[in-house]
Amino acid sequence: MGTNKAGFGWLTKMAWRDSRRNASRLLLFMSSIVLGIAALVAINSFGENLSDEIDGEAKALLGADLEISSRTPIPDEVRQRFDSLGFEMSEEMSFASMVYFPKNDGTRLINVRAVEENFPFYGEIITEPAGKATNFTEGQKALIDQTLLLQFDALPGDSVKVGEVTFLIEGSVLEVPGQSAITTTVAPPVFIPLRLMEETGLNQLGSRINYKIYAKYPEGFDNAVFEDYLSPWLETTELSFDDVAERKEEIGDAYSDLTGFLNLTAFVALILGCIGVAGSVHIYLKEKTTSVAVLRVLGASGQQAMAIFFFQVLAMAIIGSVLGAALGAAIQYFLPALFDDFLLVDVAISLSWSSIFEGILTGVIAAVLFALLSLVRLRKISPLRAIRTFLEPAVTDRAPWLAGGGILVFILVFSRLQLDEWSSALAFSTGILVSFAILAGLARLAIYSAKRFFPSRSPFVWRQGLANLYRPNNQTLILVVTIGLGTALITTLFISQELLVDKVKLTSAPESRPNMVLFDIQSNQVDDVRELTQRSGLPVISEVPIVTMRLEGIKGRSVEELRADTTSDVRDWVLSREYRVSYRDSLSESETLLRGQWQEEYGGRGDSIFVSLEKGLREDMKVDLGDELIFNVQGARLTTYVGSIREVDWQRMQTNFLVMFPEGVLENAPKFHVLLTRFESPEQSASFQQKLVKQFPNISVIDLQLVLETIDTVLSKVSFAIRFMAFFSIFTGLLVLTGSVLISKYQRMQESVLLRTLGARRNQILLINTMEYFLLGSLAALSGIVIALIAGSLLAWLSFETTLTPDFLVLLGVYLTITLLTVLIGLSNSRSILSKPPLEVLRKVV
Amino acid sequence: MKNEPILRIRELTKNYKSGSRELTVLNNVSLDVERGSTCAIVGPSGSGKTTLLGLSAGLDVPSSGSVTLNGITLDKLSEDEKAQVRSAHVGFIFQSFNLLPTLTALENVMIPLELKGDKKARQKAKDLLEKVGLADRGGHYPTQLSGGEQQRVSIARAFANEPSILFADEPTGNLDGETGTTIEELIFRLNTDAGTTLILVTHDLDLAQRAGRIIHMKNGKLFSDTLADSVS
Repeated sequence: MGTNKAGFGWLTKMAWRDSRRNASRLLLFMSSIVLGIAALVAINSFGENLSDEIDGEAKALLGADLEISSRTPIPDEVRQRFDSLGFEMSEEMSFASMVYFPKNDGTRLINVRAVEENFPFYGEIITEPAGKATNFTEGQKALIDQTLLLQFDALPGDSVKVGEVTFLIEGSVLEVPGQSAITTTVAPPVFIPLRLMEETGLNQLGSRINYKIYAKYPEGFDNAVFEDYLSPWLETTELSFDDVAERKEEIGDAYSDLTGFLNLTAFVALILGCIGVAGSVHIYLKEKTTSVAVLRVLGASGQQAMAIFFFQVLAMAIIGSVLGAALGAAIQYFLPALFDDFLLVDVAISLSWSSIFEGILTGVIAAVLFALLSLVRLRKISPLRAIRTFLEPAVTDRAPWLAGGGILVFILVFSRLQLDEWSSALAFSTGILVSFAILAGLARLAIYSAKRFFPSRSPFVWRQGLANLYRPNNQTLILVVTIGLGTALITTLFISQELLVDKVKLTSAPESRPNMVLFDIQSNQVDDVRELTQRSGLPVISEVPIVTMRLEGIKGRSVEELRADTTSDVRDWVLSREYRVSYRDSLSESETLLRGQWQEEYGGRGDSIFVSLEKGLREDMKVDLGDELIFNVQGARLTTYVGSIREVDWQRMQTNFLVMFPEGVLENAPKFHVLLTRFESPEQSASFQQKLVKQFPNISVIDLQLVLETIDTVLSKVSFAIRFMAFFSIFTGLLVLTGSVLISKYQRMQESVLLRTLGARRNQILLINTMEYFLLGSLAALSGIVIALIAGSLLAWLSFETTLTPDFLVLLGVYLTITLLTVLIGLSNSRSILSKPPLEVLRKVV
Repeated sequence: MKNEPILRIRELTKNYKSGSRELTVLNNVSLDVERGSTCAIVGPSGSGKTTLLGLSAGLDVPSSGSVTLNGITLDKLSEDEKAQVRSAHVGFIFQSFNLLPTLTALENVMIPLELKGDKKARQKAKDLLEKVGLADRGGHYPTQLSGGEQQRVSIARAFANEPSILFADEPTGNLDGETGTTIEELIFRLNTDAGTTLILVTHDLDLAQRAGRIIHMKNGKLFSDTLADSVS
């Protein structure tokens, strides 16, 4: 006995027939996935365009074929080798320094880039007025970052003082090859000619100069020469180097991390949408129970009954995904403006068909998998339902569990494709599950509490509204999960922003703590600087000498030997870094001695030098108390021993050191100084900085105000982009709400008709609905805020090592906005129930 | 086959669980229904009429006993195989009409024909609608039809696959007296024309008396089984 003769054609025909009167409802619940798909397609397509652009502009990103960089002057041997290969070269020295604008006495810490006339070989520095980058190196001219100029109200033609030299401002810099807007926010560049570097007097001891040589290959240069000869030789030096291919790869990796992260945010929106789809499909199919039972009585098999509605869902998933993809293709045109601050290249947007196809495929698979949770149940609907309303519970069906398993596998595989690592994918998937579980738990708790503690003596409208939270086919769970998650994302963002800013503020909160650091002070300037500081009414909180040195050996093995030894587990940074070391006879406030003994003063010839190491450095150096360390202090070898291990609180605005020497060793070594002070008002800080920079142009100043301002600017740029993504989730939640309200409209109508028949006024019904949506919106918003507070507390505890003190006004704002939106959408959809005669409404609905 | 009863029921029992208790709604019922006959099942609410009807049409699974429909024993068949039996041999009329609300009247009638793969489904459905007096209402949706009209569509659908046996569950239960009578007439007329076996469950004794045989049920058991002549 086989199945009947109705095949694929009949099933699709039935799907079509049945959908005619449900089309708007079906489309509506598929709209939940539109935004998720749109976000996916927009980001993927944008990512692809970006990667194409990086490929095309790779040389311009580096500005050369090869870039060599070093913290110490680059040896002449490099120039000789490059010369012998016919390379054209251009050199650069860059470092942090103060600039002074005489026009309005403005000062600021900036990034000086002293370059030669042929920089860059590829791409160009874009200036306003245009073309000023080509010849500014010929005179005593400077090019200055556009925002910096605006900040100090300066114009081309004004002057700027860098070190001892006053430059004419030739133009403002709009774009620099290889530099994004975010990096120029942190360190705005000022370009000066390299040949005037000596005259600025900024090349002094302690100046942290970054030396670079840009090289351009001669025509017809065989890249194999670089691969086989130059690269292996450069590996043996302490120089860093990048060629175009490597830079391209680095940038590509960075952006693929960015788009991967954004894609996951989009994916969360898609999953939220799919949960909405699952909820709507569930209610929709529940209404179809009798129809399915009748079809079974008439001879259709369980599979056929399921297939009819499967085809409907499939068609709607395809339409929803195609709509989403179209929207995404449009949205991507706005993304370059949104992410402008992060981008190194101008992205020309074109349609990426592969992204569109992938987006549609992802949407269809996701929507169908979530819908299957309810669809598979249709197979088991007994034909007996056509003649009986009550049936004993059906036998357990494993198919919904299989569909659930399919969803988990899908989430895991998708996140693996985005994150490239199974462990990260697993962590992400678990994170999603845990968040959903918490939200679902809160929703269930609310449903239970509403039932258990039902205020049976409260007014009629209250009771009706509250009862709607737990009545059959309620939307509480789905709405709390979708809207709650969107709220959680946005609120967590607000909270972490606050945490970061608070943390920086806290570092200098106590009145005695420093909030300004003066560095690069030469030994012969110390007394004068101290005097100027005190004369300006600022306290000298501490003045610290700094000596630079390199490590030469650990426990009798030279650094070269350790570096060559592949089995050595001493970390690279330990061996190659330049150590900035200080000396004093006691621990500072921010240090705690963990082990060993602090040597206060070196006893002179015959005594051993015991240094103190920071605990992290000790771990990476693989040494312990008593082990030998040899340092090279600008040519002089110093044999020392590990005398103690310290823990350092790096969070304070204070000078802290990895290695501390006792007094009596480094006093005569070439050194520079750092001075810590504290200002009470921004005006006091500005006036002091002006005097300081005029008198000591080589000294740089960093103050808390500047740090806070920079963090604020960077955060507002980053958070705008993240907020944009979070809104996809919020709006998906609201779409799901719209869908849910419309899907359950039929039930509402029957109730409203009954209530009105029993004498309820229009206003009473309106109030009941308002109450229900108010409770739903409140519950969703509060659940989201609870999750955000949990996430924020964890962040505060684990990342910021502080306690969370949320701004309750912000939280109140989030709560009110979400609740109000929910009520408005809910009411606007149920309006039609109230404005027309009940029977007319009922007749229209199938 | 010709002389075999079209429906053979042997020692049929159905228990339901209600909380922790087990209710016996049908208790050891046996009966045969002759091919081409008409049979009414009557009895008070909860007497097991609808349960018997459901089990006879293979809509439910008995706790024990067996049902043989048109020579096919339903006991060991899967749900889909039983659906196939219904598609081939059974017609069904419901108390609440049970038309698919999203399909037009004509499309509702076409379903049994399409399930059988009948290429002339549309034409045959139109003919049937004409027979029930709704030739001009084929394009209407169920909500646009009156109760009597909906039941007529339901009757047309029940006869569409030319069933050997027709089950009717309270076919006039949701209709007013006059409409109910019209529907009654229609069922019996079409049944006679097609030579179909008719089993109907009803509370309406007048309707029951039109059947050739009346089975009385009480507390899940056959209380009496009489020919119509003897009742009258």
